[in-house]
Amino acid sequence: MSGKSVLKRIDWLTVLFYVLLVFIGWINIYSSTFSESDSSIFDFGTLHGKQLFFILTSFASIIILLALEANFYERFSSVLYIISMALLLGLFLFGKTIAGATSWYDLGFFNLQPSELAKAATALALAKYLSDIQTDIKRKKDQLFAFLIILIPAILIIPQPDPGSALVFFSLSFVIFREGLPLYYLGLAFLAVIVFVTTLMFGTIWVSIVIALLIVLFFLLKKKKFKVPIFQLSLAVIVTILFSLSVNFVFNNVFEQRHRDRFGLWLRLEKDPAKLEEIRKTIGYNTYQSEKAIESGGFFGKGFLEGTRTKGNFVPEQHTDYIFSTVGEEWGFVGTATVVILFSLLLLRLVYLAERQKTDFSRMYGYGVISILLIHYFINIGMVIGVLPTIGIPLPFFSYGGSGLLFFTALLFIFLKLDANRLKEGI
Amino acid sequence: MKKLLLSSIIVIIGITFIGRLSYLQIFSFSPDQVLEDPAIKRVYDYPERGYIYDRNDKLLVGNDPAYDVMVIPREVKELDTLEFCSLLGIDKAKFVKELRKARIYSPRLPSVFVPQLSKEDYAKLQEKMRHYKGFYIQKRSLRYYATNSAANVLGYISEVNEGDLAKNPYYIQGELTGRTGVEKQYEDILRGRKGVQYIQKDRYNRDIGKYKNGILDTLPEQGLEINITIDKILQEYGERLMHGKRGGIVAIEPATGEILSMISGPTYDPSLLVGRERSKNYSKLHYDSIAKPLFDRSILAEGSPGSPFKTLNALVALQEGVIDPSTTIQCYHGFYVGRKKRGCHCGGGMRNMNSGIYKSCNAYFAGVFRKIYDKFETTDEAMDVWEKHIKSFGLGQYLGYDLPTGRKGRIPSKEYYDTWYGDNRWSSSYIISNSIGQGEVAVTPIQLANMTAAIANRGHYYTPHILKKVDGKDINIPDFVEPKHTTIDKKHFEPIIQGMADVYHKGTAQWLQIPGIEVAGKTGTVENYTKIDSVRVQLTDHSVFVAFAPVENPKIAISVYIENGYYGSRYAGHIASLMIEKYLKGEITRTDLEKRMLERTLEYEYAKPLRGTEFKINEYDWSQHAKPLTELDSE
Repeated sequence: MSGKSVLKRIDWLTVLFYVLLVFIGWINIYSSTFSESDSSIFDFGTLHGKQLFFILTSFASIIILLALEANFYERFSSVLYIISMALLLGLFLFGKTIAGATSWYDLGFFNLQPSELAKAATALALAKYLSDIQTDIKRKKDQLFAFLIILIPAILIIPQPDPGSALVFFSLSFVIFREGLPLYYLGLAFLAVIVFVTTLMFGTIWVSIVIALLIVLFFLLKKKKFKVPIFQLSLAVIVTILFSLSVNFVFNNVFEQRHRDRFGLWLRLEKDPAKLEEIRKTIGYNTYQSEKAIESGGFFGKGFLEGTRTKGNFVPEQHTDYIFSTVGEEWGFVGTATVVILFSLLLLRLVYLAERQKTDFSRMYGYGVISILLIHYFINIGMVIGVLPTIGIPLPFFSYGGSGLLFFTALLFIFLKLDANRLKEGI
Repeated sequence: MKKLLLSSIIVIIGITFIGRLSYLQIFSFSPDQVLEDPAIKRVYDYPERGYIYDRNDKLLVGNDPAYDVMVIPREVKELDTLEFCSLLGIDKAKFVKELRKARIYSPRLPSVFVPQLSKEDYAKLQEKMRHYKGFYIQKRSLRYYATNSAANVLGYISEVNEGDLAKNPYYIQGELTGRTGVEKQYEDILRGRKGVQYIQKDRYNRDIGKYKNGILDTLPEQGLEINITIDKILQEYGERLMHGKRGGIVAIEPATGEILSMISGPTYDPSLLVGRERSKNYSKLHYDSIAKPLFDRSILAEGSPGSPFKTLNALVALQEGVIDPSTTIQCYHGFYVGRKKRGCHCGGGMRNMNSGIYKSCNAYFAGVFRKIYDKFETTDEAMDVWEKHIKSFGLGQYLGYDLPTGRKGRIPSKEYYDTWYGDNRWSSSYIISNSIGQGEVAVTPIQLANMTAAIANRGHYYTPHILKKVDGKDINIPDFVEPKHTTIDKKHFEPIIQGMADVYHKGTAQWLQIPGIEVAGKTGTVENYTKIDSVRVQLTDHSVFVAFAPVENPKIAISVYIENGYYGSRYAGHIASLMIEKYLKGEITRTDLEKRMLERTLEYEYAKPLRGTEFKINEYDWSQHAKPLTELDSE
């Protein structure tokens, strides 16, 4: 009875976007892992065969997720959060290292990545905490606690090392902003990023000069009556300049060489064109190859299974983090634009869904889902097309990988279940 | 506001991505990416280069197969070195050395192990080759020359350099291209087109099959054979006559403009620039800065034409109506320019056009030249008219022949003298040397021959050219078929040709007569100078001769320019008469003369300015010329 009603009330548009993305993703995984000798698409010895199995598993799990009571997720969110934190801690003792990162539990038939579970659990826990009647986000203490929920998993994950996943947790702060955290926190963070980047590019002296010019401009344009808080202003300036100075220190002494290289490449800090080209082809090899592959696709692409760079495996991690370059090479601008538009539509649809929720918990969880999907999509595609530095993070629904797909599916469909349930909630 | 924040971030990110993607995939995209795709390897199939034949279908250049033993060091397995070395005809030490060299170059890529095996060695090796893992035989095609002459005409081929690669995208590193001569001029015809196969590779450079099942692949197109206008026998004969002499000979068929022979002395055997010794030989030729064997004197050497140029001045004067053939001028064993006397060897007396030409009287032509200038109000006007007439014979400009090099020569204009002397500060007496082909005029041997052909045709010429047939079919290039008319009317040529015939009968070339052949010619003796330690020193005169024969219905027009050969008939005249006889009769009746020309060398003359001692020029006694240079040195 309830199953049927769920099917009626579920947002089929979102489901459509989801199915399309998973389907297009699989087509491209098939293309990038395909070889002439493969006998059938159901051959589970091949990567695309395995992925097909994961997709079917995910579809099956959707049924379970939808069948569970909606308030189950709210009720057990704290427990889930504690379990996932314990699992993250456990990695320090029992973790399996793959490709330099200790992020997995070896379950024999399956490698479990608890950070994926932690992302969903943190989104739930944060929603639960913020929607609690006793929580007031205007209070400093509650702000701090909300940030702690995000920070704990992030801090546990950074040493794995997995900076990509750590970033995902920070993205959850969007939820807190949506729920009333003053926007100037975001402004401060944004300013910090700008100072960081400009200091690397132009040096502290130029940053200071620009700040000085801005203050002069500010004094020229301000209304006469306006009383300038001299003390706060000078403090802000001093802090900014100190921050700028620290950037150089951190960049040169705390960062590892590979991080410096990635930033150097991204911001084009190397001025000699010959050397820059050299760096692009060595340190920036992945990005260079994926950019070239995408570029070679042109407007219409080379066609399904015709991507020469894909077939030659020139782009590393082609079927996982760099799957988007296959789209670019084989389907051209038509394909890449379609995928970008699909993701944008999905995310916008989710914003719409989140805003129409009746309960605070559902809305906040919805925002959590959007934040997580958005940061993955933004960083992954940004990296593959060369506008962001290299940070290893999968493309949701697209990249090869069982736990990833299961996790994103669960993340999304828990929200769809909550959404389907929103009218019942009041009764 | 806060509700919109996330939505706007999503939209901004989407727009940024699509912007970046359109930059990459629409603006940076270039459709010929298949050429730079690292995943696609091109494998080439080279066609055989076209053969070159002479005008009578005699082979000049063909191809010879050559076999290189190649090695891929990483794939070399244990083998019977003793047997292998004896098959290749090398010793063990060489085997070890070559293998090490190849490994240093690349263990994975093929290197040449032993280049250019003979056919016999190849036959022996071929059946055993499969025992030697990592070694294989690569067949190549080398140019083979069926003649040891015409190196300057045929040219040679060599590997493409950076410049060629930048200019023509067809070539890739290591391919061959025509470097000079016909090989360069008709590169596209001779080369054919290589076939290409596209092979898909993975990032380890392993082949994983044909790209798109080979739909882009092409088959090689064979290079075409060509016939050139050169007469192999005449060319070879001319080069033998040129032995030990410097200069150029060009023979043209007046009725077509076809170049019958084009000889530059000294020259070299074209097969020197093929095969294992190629670079050594090339350096030797290239660094011979005294004899300059690579310098094609027949089309590149610019010099004063000397007396043959008088015929043109006579034609200009007739055309302008300032003289007629019976006009007489007194020769005082010379003539006066201001108060200075210039000499003449004609014997003095009254000269008209006919005796002026056959006795080659300087005074007569100086007078004719003055008359041309006196016709006009200003020298500028006269100079323009004179220049226009002279240039209509193809002098002072590129002739437009189909060989990759050439020189313009020089026919001075009024601007030339204005810069030299100052505006209007010169008159006909300043430039009077041009009347006798000295002074500022300069021509190449091929221009001289072409000028002679224009006289032989009584007023027109065909652009000289070297290509006769492509793939057995006659060429039809409009520029080579249309006559180029001179500005002189046909009727004025007869008295000139009569004079040139009398040169041969009773004038300066009366000792060169060929039994049964009527020749019209003109001798030239060209004063020339060099600098020794920046002092201007006069050298023995250049010997020049132009001629065409038979006088009626000419079959050959020829110019011979022999550096430091003294007076015109001494070397140039004799050589020209032998060439004409060889071409028209096929055999030489005057064997004594032939023997003398084949044996005599001018090395004695060429050594003079280099010896660092005083020397005499224009020695009448030519006994020295028979001796080889080594003998002269020991004296």
